[in-house]
Amino acid sequence: MKVIVNGEAWEVAAASLAELLTELDWRGDWLATAHNGQVVPAGERAHCRMAEGDRVEILSPMKGG
Amino acid sequence: MGASKASVVTVSLRRESPGGRAGGQFWSLVQGLGTAVLPNTAGCHTARDAVTTAQLAREVFGTDWIKLEVIGNHDTLQLHVFELVEAARILSGDGFSVFPYTTDDLVVAERLLDAGCQVLMPWCAPIGSAQGPRDMAALRTLRSHLPGVPLIVDAGIGRPSHAAAVMELGYDAVLLNTAVAQAKDPVAMAVGFAQAVEAGRQGFGAGLLEPRDMAVPSTPLIGRAVFT
Repeated sequence: MKVIVNGEAWEVAAASLAELLTELDWRGDWLATAHNGQVVPAGERAHCRMAEGDRVEILSPMKGG
Repeated sequence: MGASKASVVTVSLRRESPGGRAGGQFWSLVQGLGTAVLPNTAGCHTARDAVTTAQLAREVFGTDWIKLEVIGNHDTLQLHVFELVEAARILSGDGFSVFPYTTDDLVVAERLLDAGCQVLMPWCAPIGSAQGPRDMAALRTLRSHLPGVPLIVDAGIGRPSHAAAVMELGYDAVLLNTAVAQAKDPVAMAVGFAQAVEAGRQGFGAGLLEPRDMAVPSTPLIGRAVFT
C-alpha cells in the first residue's frame, strides 16, 4: 500500500498509524501526528486505520521564534 | 537563554526524518531550561493550517499557549490579518491562550481581542529585518488605547536600543530570536538585550520627560555669580 508521509511516497504494510510509525522507525514521545489533515493524539494512533493514498504528517520540536 | 533572562521560549514543529532524534534532543534541552514554552505556528498561511498546527503543538508540548502566526505574503512575510483573526477565534473557542503575532493596526488588535485573545504581539518591522520600530506613533497608539492588555513587540527588533525604545513606550515584553541568534557573540548580545529591556522598563516606570522645543537650564539661574 502506498502512502504519503511528510510529503514522500512510502510502500508500507502497516494497518494503523501506530504500526506505520514502528515500520518506518519513527520513535519518541515528542512526535506529533496528523492523518489526512486531522490531528491524531498518541493514544489514538493504534485506532487510526491506514488506507491507500493516505497522507501522514509526523512532526517534531524545532527551534524558532 | 540564561543570559537573556527570558522567561518564555518559543518553539516550533517541523517534519521529522525516519529514525530522527534531533527533535527529542532539542525538546529535552528546552525542558531543562525551566522557562515557560510558547509553541508557534510559524510558516502557516491559512487559518486551517494554523489551527491544525496549534492542536499538534498542544499534543507535543503539553501547553494551551500558542503563538499564532499566519503569513499572507511569501516575500515580505507580512501576516494575513483576516486568517489570523479567524484562527484566533477558533483556537480561543477550543481552550487555547492565543498570543497573536499581529501588525500595529489598532482595529485588527481590537478584533483579535474580540476573538478572545488576552495578549497581543504586534510587529515593529518585518520578521528578521532587524530594522527596529518603523512606526513609533502606531505602537504608542496601541499602548494608549489598550492600557490593560499585555503587549509584546514581536518581530523586527535588531539591537538592544530597539528593545529599550519599545519598553519605554510601556510595552510589557519583547520577543526576539534573530538579533541574538545571529550575533557574533550570542551570549553577549543576550546580556545586552536583558539590560536594554530592564533599562527601558525602568525608564517607563520612572516617568519620561517629553521632548521640548526650547532649551531649559538644569542649573538654577538664581545665585549666579557676577564677575564684571
